[in-house]
Amino acid sequence: MSLNGVTVKPSVTLAPPQLDEGGAAALLPLKVVELGFQVRGQALLEGISFELDTHATTVVLGPNGAGKTLLLRLCHGLLSPSTGKITWGRSSPGEAAARIAMVFQNPVVLRRSVLGNVTYPLRLRGVPRAQRRSRALTALERTGLAALAARPARALSGGERQRLALARAWAMEPEVLLLDEPTSNLDPQATHTVEELVRSLRASGVKILMTTHDLGQARRLADDVLFLNQGRLLRHMPVERFFNAPEHSAIEAFVRGDLLL
Amino acid sequence: MKNNKLIRLAGYMILALSLAPSAGAEQRPYITLASTTSTENSGLFEHLLPAFSTDHGIDVRVVAVGTGAALELGRRCDVDVLLVHAKAAEEQFVAEGYGSWRRDVMYNDFLIVGPRTDPAGVGRIGSATAALGAIAEHKAAFLSRGDDSGTHKKEQALWRAAGIDPGHESGTWYREAGSGMGATLNTASAMAAYTLADRGTWLSFTNRGPLTELLAGDPALFNQYGLVPVNPLHCPGVKHELVSVFGDWLLSERGQTLIGSYRLNGEPLFHPNP
Amino acid sequence: MQDLSVALSTAVALIFDWDSDLREIVTLSLQVSLTAVFIAALIGLPVGAAVGLLHFRGRRLVIAAMNALMGLPPVVVGLLVYLLVSNSGPLGELQLLFSPAAMVIAQCVLVTPIIAALTRQTVEDLNEEYAEYLRSLGAKPLQRVVTLLWDGRFSLLTAVLAGFGRAIAEVGAVIIVGGNINHVTRVMTTSITLETSKGNLSLALALGLILICLSLLANLAVIGVRDVAQRRYG
Repeated sequence: MSLNGVTVKPSVTLAPPQLDEGGAAALLPLKVVELGFQVRGQALLEGISFELDTHATTVVLGPNGAGKTLLLRLCHGLLSPSTGKITWGRSSPGEAAARIAMVFQNPVVLRRSVLGNVTYPLRLRGVPRAQRRSRALTALERTGLAALAARPARALSGGERQRLALARAWAMEPEVLLLDEPTSNLDPQATHTVEELVRSLRASGVKILMTTHDLGQARRLADDVLFLNQGRLLRHMPVERFFNAPEHSAIEAFVRGDLLL
Repeated sequence: MKNNKLIRLAGYMILALSLAPSAGAEQRPYITLASTTSTENSGLFEHLLPAFSTDHGIDVRVVAVGTGAALELGRRCDVDVLLVHAKAAEEQFVAEGYGSWRRDVMYNDFLIVGPRTDPAGVGRIGSATAALGAIAEHKAAFLSRGDDSGTHKKEQALWRAAGIDPGHESGTWYREAGSGMGATLNTASAMAAYTLADRGTWLSFTNRGPLTELLAGDPALFNQYGLVPVNPLHCPGVKHELVSVFGDWLLSERGQTLIGSYRLNGEPLFHPNP
Repeated sequence: MQDLSVALSTAVALIFDWDSDLREIVTLSLQVSLTAVFIAALIGLPVGAAVGLLHFRGRRLVIAAMNALMGLPPVVVGLLVYLLVSNSGPLGELQLLFSPAAMVIAQCVLVTPIIAALTRQTVEDLNEEYAEYLRSLGAKPLQRVVTLLWDGRFSLLTAVLAGFGRAIAEVGAVIIVGGNINHVTRVMTTSITLETSKGNLSLALALGLILICLSLLANLAVIGVRDVAQRRYG
């Protein structure tokens, strides 16, 4: 079931969707068709369609309130779309959700030790007891939290919490990782660590769909960009074109750093 | 993980503690006796019952309530035998088939206690009914048990004999405590009120405050205790064989002598019935 | 004031004496109340968690009832349990009346709503925080409940302590169903009632002081365990 050990070279070119060794139906392509989401009659997302079929890193960009986080939640299956459809390859929604991990912008930290926070999702997903600890410790090492393993997780700082959330997700060895502003509370050093982690995950074949406010980060990590504005998908394009030939005045303004009103 | 162990350990400790058999609760045969708070408070049972247990290897578990409540426990088959002090009610209890029989066991007397200042002059009167009349006339504070106990029934009988219905005055000078003898004495002491008390409780009661004994010795204040086994025909589960051992012992010379020999501060509390 | 100082010195003398009667009464009090709280927690924790997490018709009514039952008068509970276990009651065959078991039942009835209501509140609040993350992990309902109970353990411990405080301190119920029988069902609170009715106010007060000390010790012990655990594991 896991992709552990399967290494895919970083590539900007299209790679074919993969079957994992367990033979479960592939999660890719992710197909989003005419997706809409309304709350009390107000459309927060409307008419969104796109298809992601590579293990590249996709970054969702857009001004505040564009619906970026909402889009991730819908893709994870935490919310049901009001209109339209989301499908993950040939997997059923439940099956897909179990192979996706999501890191929230303000991660929930369980009232347990740091290590306990990482082993917990492994237990829920049926990882044998013997493996949990070593996998969790590896994840903590990767995120630079190994020294804090025995600490109460609630005592961590904001940045440490976010790294912990990433370590939890990493330990789960998901096929798809949804990251919501993973570095919003981090200092440059920690941001660097997280970006390295995202790169190595991508290198090991994990599909990453993330939001960020940091345009530099988007430049550094993204293969392709989904640009949302006011609940609509304006463009889905490779990252070079997004920054160099934006094709749209709103994107141009956004990249320049102007406020989109 | 260490905290798991810690909490588990605490859990086991609580479990072990709670399930441990209570120390010294060897299962000897026992009967349950419903008696009055006055007898319990007097300390008579601690003098009497260990001797019975030694003689016959039977424990007596005493539940102390008012006579009314004791009769109700008997009716519901919750106790094996009653030792109470409301002769008329006990005889009715037997007549209705709840009790097997009734025997006089011991007696003492009631007394009227009140504040040393004695506003109604009860201390100068020899008759209980006349004393109650004086209290009513002076509208002096009187505290009734008001709990359907033997003492309460006696007090009501005395008011009837005096031709007074204090129920109309309830809440003014006539107060109903609705409590046991001890609690009523505590209240009377705080209010400096008159009340009717049995001698056993009065002698063992230490929180007297302004209260003092004002009237005793009127034959109308006679306080008779009777033994009534609960009827096995009404309550098949009742331990009537053990009860008859207890009854025979209590009415035997040994039991009667022990009752008569009990002293509190040098004073006898109960007199055996001849 | 004099009564209080006499009571205080009586209490100290009693504690230093620690005679077999006192030991028996204290032990029985602890046994009855700990057993009652243990059983009440077994019922109250899952019930509280279920009401906190599930959405069903009449939920508000159940919550209101649970909160109201927290203030159940012990005498009423004593009376109800008495009618239940009385030899002419529905459970009469079990011969529970005037036994410690009957006292455990009565205290259980008193304590379960407290634990359930406080658990409901704790679990509901915690769930608000955890729900999305747990859903993201695909936690099954039972796993969710276990997680919320475990992570709320420090608050829940306080709920259980509140239950214990009520159990060990109440007298109205145990005196009715236990009968305050010497060496059988006499506990701290019924002894206090008895000594009060004898007019032995200072002895009664001394027993009360010992009861307060016991309660304090239990609380301190739990707080101690909790602090150590919390410092280590959050």
